[in-house]
Parts: sequence; C-alpha cells; structure tokens
Amino acid sequence: MTTSLIKLENLNKTYLIGEQPLQVLNQVNLTINQGDYVSIMGPSGSGKSTLLNMIGMLDRPDDGEYLLKAKPTVNITEEKRAQLRRDHVGFIFQNFHLIPRLSARENAELPLMIAGISAKQRKVKVLNVFEKLGISDRSEHLPKQLSGGQMQRVAIARAMVMEPEILLADEPTGNLDQKSGLEVIDLLEELNKQGITLIVVTHDSNLGKRANRQLTMVDGKITQDIIRNATT
Amino acid sequence: MLLHDNWLYSWQALVRHKLRTALLLVAVAIGVTSVLLLTSLGEGARLFIEKEFSALGSEIMIVLPGRKETTGGSVPIYGNTPRDLTIDDAVAMEKISTVKAIAPIIAGTSLLSFQGKSREVITLGSSTGIFSVRKLSLSKGRIFTSKAKDPAQAVCVLGSTIKQELFGNKKAIGEWVRFSGQRFRVIGILQERGESMGLDMRQMAIIPIRSAETLFNSPALFRILLELKQSGSELYTENKLMELIKKRHEGEADITILSQNSLMSSFNNILNLVTASIGAIAAISLIVAGFLIMNVSYVSVSRRKQEIGLLKALGATAKEVKILFLTEALLLVSLGVVIGLLLGYGSTILAAYLWPEFPLAIPLWATFASVSIALIIGLLFSWLPASHAAKHDPVLALRGL
Ligand SMILES: Nc1ncnc2c1ncn2[C@@H]1O[C@H](COP(=O)(O)OP(=O)(O)O)[C@@H](O)[C@H]1O
Ligand SMILES: [Mg+2]
Repeated sequence: MTTSLIKLENLNKTYLIGEQPLQVLNQVNLTINQGDYVSIMGPSGSGKSTLLNMIGMLDRPDDGEYLLKAKPTVNITEEKRAQLRRDHVGFIFQNFHLIPRLSARENAELPLMIAGISAKQRKVKVLNVFEKLGISDRSEHLPKQLSGGQMQRVAIARAMVMEPEILLADEPTGNLDQKSGLEVIDLLEELNKQGITLIVVTHDSNLGKRANRQLTMVDGKITQDIIRNATT
Repeated sequence: MLLHDNWLYSWQALVRHKLRTALLLVAVAIGVTSVLLLTSLGEGARLFIEKEFSALGSEIMIVLPGRKETTGGSVPIYGNTPRDLTIDDAVAMEKISTVKAIAPIIAGTSLLSFQGKSREVITLGSSTGIFSVRKLSLSKGRIFTSKAKDPAQAVCVLGSTIKQELFGNKKAIGEWVRFSGQRFRVIGILQERGESMGLDMRQMAIIPIRSAETLFNSPALFRILLELKQSGSELYTENKLMELIKKRHEGEADITILSQNSLMSSFNNILNLVTASIGAIAAISLIVAGFLIMNVSYVSVSRRKQEIGLLKALGATAKEVKILFLTEALLLVSLGVVIGLLLGYGSTILAAYLWPEFPLAIPLWATFASVSIALIIGLLFSWLPASHAAKHDPVLALRGL
C-alpha cells in the first residue's frame, strides 16, 4: 500500500493578462504517491510550471486545497509554507539558478544555511552529495567555471541536501545538450529509485515517456493521465 | 539562518559588487567625516578662545567706561555720554578688600623717536600693577614702580620689536627717547611674548600713567584691569565696584565689568550654537548618503530578483530575505562609519600637526551623533528596499520579473 503524499483538490488559478483573465489551472485534481515518478507534458503555456509551483508551494491557488501528507497547505501563513518548502521540496530549474558569486559548494549549502545548520555540518553534507553526483572536484569552482551539466548537478545537489521527499524539476534538460541532459535524467531517476518522489515537467515526449506516470496538460487541465505498471 | 551566516552572506554580496559598495562607502564616509571635521572646527574655535581667555586669568577683571546695553534695555534718556573713568576712580578701587592690584590704562599713539629714527607706537600709560596683572616680564632692565597716585616720571618700558627697530642690537637701557617730543628714559625691555588679549605686546611702549596723562593731555582711562586676591570673589567685587562708581559718579554706575567667566560663558553659548548648527548642516550629507543607499539598494534588489526568488524557493521566509538585505545595508553603513571616523580623526590629527596653534578637537557628542545618525539613516533608508525585496513573488522573481 502506498501513502498519498500529494493531494490536489479542485485547484484553480487565474492570472490577469492586462484586463483579460486567464485560467491557468482549471479544477485540477491530482494525487501523487510517495516514490512516484511523474512527468508533466503539454504545450507551452498549458500551465505545467504553474502546477509544479503549486506542488512546491511557491504559488498559492485561488481556491481548492492542497494536502501535503494529509495536511492542508493553502490557508496557512507564508512563513509556514516556506518551512514546508524548505523541509519537503527540492527544486531544479531549467536555468539552474546558481548564485554567481558563490562557489558550487556554497550554492549547494544554501538550503542548509537557510535551515540554520552549522557551516561544518553543511560542508560535510554537501561534499557527501557532491561525491554521489560525481562533482567533488568542482566544489570550490564558481558557476561560470562549470559546464551546463555540472551546473545542473550542483543544482540537484542543492535540491538534495535537505533530503526532501519531493523533487520538482521544471525542464531540467532544457538548457543542456542531449548527452548531459540524459545524464541528468539518469541521475534524477537514480534518486527516484532510492525513494524520492520525482515530478518532471518537460515538453520532450521521449523524456516524459520514461516516467511511470505521464500527465498531459492542455489549457490548465490534466487531459491525460497514463500510469504504467512498474514492470521493471 | 544563523546570525553569522547572515553576516557572511551579506558580506559576500558586498564584496562581489565592489563598485556599488565602494560608492556607498564613500558617501557614508564623507557624511561622517564632514560632521566630525565641521564640529571639530567649531569646537576648535571654542577651545582657542577659551585658551585666550584663560590667559587672561580667572582672577582678572576689566572695568570699561560706559554701560554696555547688552540686554537691549531702554534707550538712554539722559542724553549724556558716560562719565570718563579717571585715575582717581582707579585709586579708589584699589581700596576694595578683594582687590590685590590695579592697572588703570590710558592708551594712545605717539611718535617715538631716537637719534633720527622714529615710528608710531601704541603707548600705554599705566601703574606698576600692569606688569603683575598682565604677567609681563622683562628681558632687560627693570620695571617702573610708580603707582596710580604717584607723580609722573619720565621713564618707559619698550616692547621687544620696538627696541629692535630703534636700537638694533645696541644697548637701549639708560638711553633717552622722545614720545611725541617729550623725553623719557628707557629703563626696561619687555620679554618677547606673543599676543595677549589681542594686543601685540612687542609693538607697545609702557609709561607711568601720570606721564601718559600729560602726554595725551587727558585723564580719561581706556580701561582698568583689576587683579583679585583670589578667584571666586568676582561677584562681590563687581557689586563693590558698582557701589563705588555710583558714589563717585553721582548715582550712576556707568561702567561695564568684564571677567573671564562672563566673557567665556557668552562666547561659549555662541560657539556651541555655531558648532551645533554646522554639525547639523554636515548631518545633511548623511541624509544624502541615506538617499543614495536607498536608491542603490532598490537597483540592487531589482538586479537580484532571481536570487530573491531562489532564496524563497529554498525555503527562506520573507522576513529572512528582508533581514539579509538589511544586514547588507547595516554592514555597508558600519564600514562607511569606520572609514569616516578614521578619515575624520586622521585629518584632525594631521591638522593638529600642520597648524599646532589652532586646537582642532572632535567633540565626543559629534562622534556619537554622526555614528548613530549614520546607522539610523542607513537602516531607515534600506528598510523600504529590503521590504520591497522581501515581498517579491517567488515565481515571478525566479523569472526575473
Ligand atoms: N504570474 C503570472 N502572471 C500572469 N500570467 C502568468 C503568470 N504566470 C504564468 N502566467 C501565464 O500562465 C500561462 C501558463 O504558464 P506556465 O504555467 O508557465 O505554462 P507552461 O509551463 O506550461 O509553459 C502562460 O500563458 C503564462 O504566460
Ligand atoms: Mg514552463
């Protein structure tokens, strides 16, 4: 039996484009279990990133409820949401979002620093993760001294150091060449095999099809939800 | 977030943006330095004047003829000019119990000549008391001993510059000189000593007061210097003097009495006001620095939107983001203050070295004021940009919007 980690109930989100309201999420219902590997595909502007940001509690729905481990998250303070985000969610972005003035290690230490963990412990943790991701020798490099693949690994390390249950990746291979893109996906899948819940937004159907569960979004609605049985 | 991580993070941000940091540092430092320098000028002026007045000595009082209407009192309705102070008035003052010595002074210019050389000199007629009251000592010869009531004597004591001009390196003691034609014997030369109460004693000649009375053909005194037996009796003496003059001047106390205390306190009031106001003007530069910090911080916040978005995505609360930006401002201002203090104190030390006669001194209150104004303004003016940063919507911020 699997526990339902994420439960979205009738989520709606409307943005005003000028005076024109645009419904980006339209009555979205979604349940994701612990350890799932979910891909979200769909045309540009269909609301994939918005949905991912909702799951990551970066964005708040206009109405509906989002239960994280059966606990409501919509009508709580921004501070509580920040804490939940810190403790349960790791983000990976298309353009990495590394802070240019900080070394690879310092970048990966950021969530630990925000969580108030001592410098010594941070370093041990980060170097440990770097080791697993094969970027130990790059720990003191600045982002500009790294390749795209290495930068995304640093970002993955940053998402992993807090040992979150949920890993959210928005077009993680979008800025990478095919080879390093595949390497990054392999890495994420490896992490998923170790138990993390992985949700990947992509418009690359080859990548999307690798997921156990493939969602397709059109105009703010989940129009397709394919669940493959874990045959491997 | 741990406190020192907070500082470290802000410090790295400052170091990374060197030009921005340097510009703001300069602005804050200039503000602090200018407060320190300008107030130190005011304070220096106060100390300078204080020093001059204390050279007068706290046991010295000066009696001037005529009443000074310092309180803006009524227009004199009598229409008569004040009575002159006379030598006899001075002689009478000497009998007041608190008075140790008097030096009535008649002042005028006369043509001093010796063997074909001549020059105009300010000639002071006084009693032997002037030497002790003004602490004048001689380099050669002796002083005259005649008191105010003693008859005229044809002797004089010359200032060092005058002696040099008329006699060069030759001996002057015992020689006869002429003051506007009248013969006087030189009996003493004043020791070279700079100014005293605004008078260059090197350029003066001193003769007995009765001789001056005939020389200038007037018994009217320029002023009377009084030396008290002990300081602290100024008030008593002042009352006695007023009483005495009233008696002698048909019921009118038409004199003005100055003492070190009274002069200093009125000067102090003025100078403190001046110091405070130039300090306040300088503080405006701190406010300007504050505005600069605010503007630059806004630019910095908008440039670092993605960083703000990221911090939030990584779980930083709005409050934590705000504290980060405030810390940055506080660090910046503190550094600017330190530089400003170094510059301010450094330049007063340098100035003291270059112009030792003018005592520049940074008043302690100015140091405290400039430091706290800078810190307060720094925090105040970075509060808005920091709050602005904290309010960013993470989704938009991450996209740099
Ligand atoms: N904060 C916002 N304000 C206004 N419109 C937004 C905002 N965020 C997203 N949108 C719009 O919502 C739509 C869906 O965006 P998004 O979720 O990023 O789509 P996707 O990731 O599928 O391309 C787009 O048209 C986008 O322009
Ligand atoms: Mg998107």
